[in-house]
Amino acid sequence: MTSTPAPAPVNLDRRVPPLGGFTFTYLGIELTRKLRNRRSLIFTVAFPVLMYMIVGYRLKDTPLTDVPLSAGGVSVAAYIMVSMAMYGAMMSATQTGASVALERAQGWSRQLLLTPLNPLVNVIIKIIAGMLFGFIAIVATYVVAGFSGVQLSPVQWIVTGLAAWLLAGAVFTTLGLMVGYMVPGENAAQITSLVIVLLSFLGGLFYPLSSMPDFLQTIAKFTPVYGISQIARAPLTGDAFDLGALVNAIAWLAIFVAGTVVFFRRDTKRA
Amino acid sequence: MSSSAPAADAASARSGGSGHTAIRARRLVKSFGKVQAVRGVDLTVAQGEIVAFLGPNGAGKTTTIDMILGLAHPDAGEIEVFGRSPRSAISHGLISAVLQTGGLLKDLTVRETLRLTASLFSDTRPIDEVLQRAGISSIADRKVGVCSGGQQQRLRFAMALLSDPGLLILDEPTTGMDVEGRRSFWQAIRADAARGRTVLFATHYLDEADEYADRIVLMSHGRIVADGTTAEIKNLVAGRVVHATLPGADPVALAAIAGAEDVSVQGERIAIRTRDSDSVARHLLTATPARDLEISAQNLESVFLALTGNDDTEKSTR
Repeated sequence: MTSTPAPAPVNLDRRVPPLGGFTFTYLGIELTRKLRNRRSLIFTVAFPVLMYMIVGYRLKDTPLTDVPLSAGGVSVAAYIMVSMAMYGAMMSATQTGASVALERAQGWSRQLLLTPLNPLVNVIIKIIAGMLFGFIAIVATYVVAGFSGVQLSPVQWIVTGLAAWLLAGAVFTTLGLMVGYMVPGENAAQITSLVIVLLSFLGGLFYPLSSMPDFLQTIAKFTPVYGISQIARAPLTGDAFDLGALVNAIAWLAIFVAGTVVFFRRDTKRA
Repeated sequence: MSSSAPAADAASARSGGSGHTAIRARRLVKSFGKVQAVRGVDLTVAQGEIVAFLGPNGAGKTTTIDMILGLAHPDAGEIEVFGRSPRSAISHGLISAVLQTGGLLKDLTVRETLRLTASLFSDTRPIDEVLQRAGISSIADRKVGVCSGGQQQRLRFAMALLSDPGLLILDEPTTGMDVEGRRSFWQAIRADAARGRTVLFATHYLDEADEYADRIVLMSHGRIVADGTTAEIKNLVAGRVVHATLPGADPVALAAIAGAEDVSVQGERIAIRTRDSDSVARHLLTATPARDLEISAQNLESVFLALTGNDDTEKSTR
């Protein structure tokens, strides 16, 4: 490219890109960034798989309900598999919010304001990338669990996977965004990671609720992980429909959406 | 601000000459809390002009640039870029900017950053072309985080070139670049201006403004205090300075010399600012024992200090 092109005049007749600047190029680069980031691979994908192997694998022959495994019953390992997969999806979802906060602090968002990209579309692209990454965490955990001997009906595989993915995505993307707009900068990632671990314990993802002291069990039912994990694991336990879990999930989603809107408004006013 | 009147005429004469107006700002005002950053800025820039935006820190340059880019909204006044709102002009890919505040993603490579940026516009130049024009083809696959400050600045420049904008705004564009980088940078800018690209750049390097701009806009304390060609700006402050060695100089007597406008005495050395250096020099050499006489032209720096300095003293006595 050494030849000098004829100096055509600068064209002032331009088009506006469609869809507010949404492109698969940007989405692809966002996903690549996550897959290249060793830390997020470890904490989002490797951690749930490893936790399943450590905690779940040895319980693959222990029935979860009164139905014995030989009669088509579900093992405790399957229950733990869903919990861990959900943890991965939650982790990925919250990092969306943290990365929005970080990129604002680093001035990248300001750089993007010099392009046709709509700021809302920017966040949507990051949410989709976070959801896809969470999907990878769920699939990885399910594949490893499946090969290690967890047996479920096709419906159970699909429904628990989709429920874990979508519920964790909805509730924890908004939690992440809320914290991201509340605490701009690098602290957002640390705070959300800590919050997730704490809420996972309280919501019974790592530790069965029934083994906790009574007062903790009561508190746990009001924390955000409890509702969505109960719903996602319902196809395994065969328990009756739990209205409390549904109310819990909807209430927390509403709280996080409202918090995101409030802190987003405060944040844009400051900028 | 009497000094801006003739320059404004010159500017409107220029913009009348070419077809499009790139920037049209009217009575822009912007405050942050109690600080009045911009206090009534009028600015018209014609297509293809290269305009240097000069002024001390806190003069309001960056705030004015932010308003042209739609990053800040004026409290009062109006602004149009190619007849559109700033945001609409950006959506159409008509404005690009290299800003000091613009961050980059450290975990992307140089090429990925350009690929991402290019995907956001409807029409863009090829990535290899902007890499080459910014002089960073050799580091295309390097992670942004390990690039030097100057290389990151060139990457921002390459990003700004992607959309082939009608207006390019540069805030301290050559900060961190070496001499060679600076030279090739300005070559690229001049070549684009010939194609009708309008360029507005803020700089601290007065020699850059002097050498590369068609027009200089000087801001101080939120206002435009001078606006015109480099030659016009230099003429705003009276012509020349006569230096001489004169033991026991009497400032009052010196100020009385016909044509002397400003006298300063430092020990035995005197400096007289004048529009008529010949008659001042003749007087010094014939009517006083002055020796070692020198006559120097005003440079842009002394003009810059003279035009922005008055307000500084005004402020410090407040």
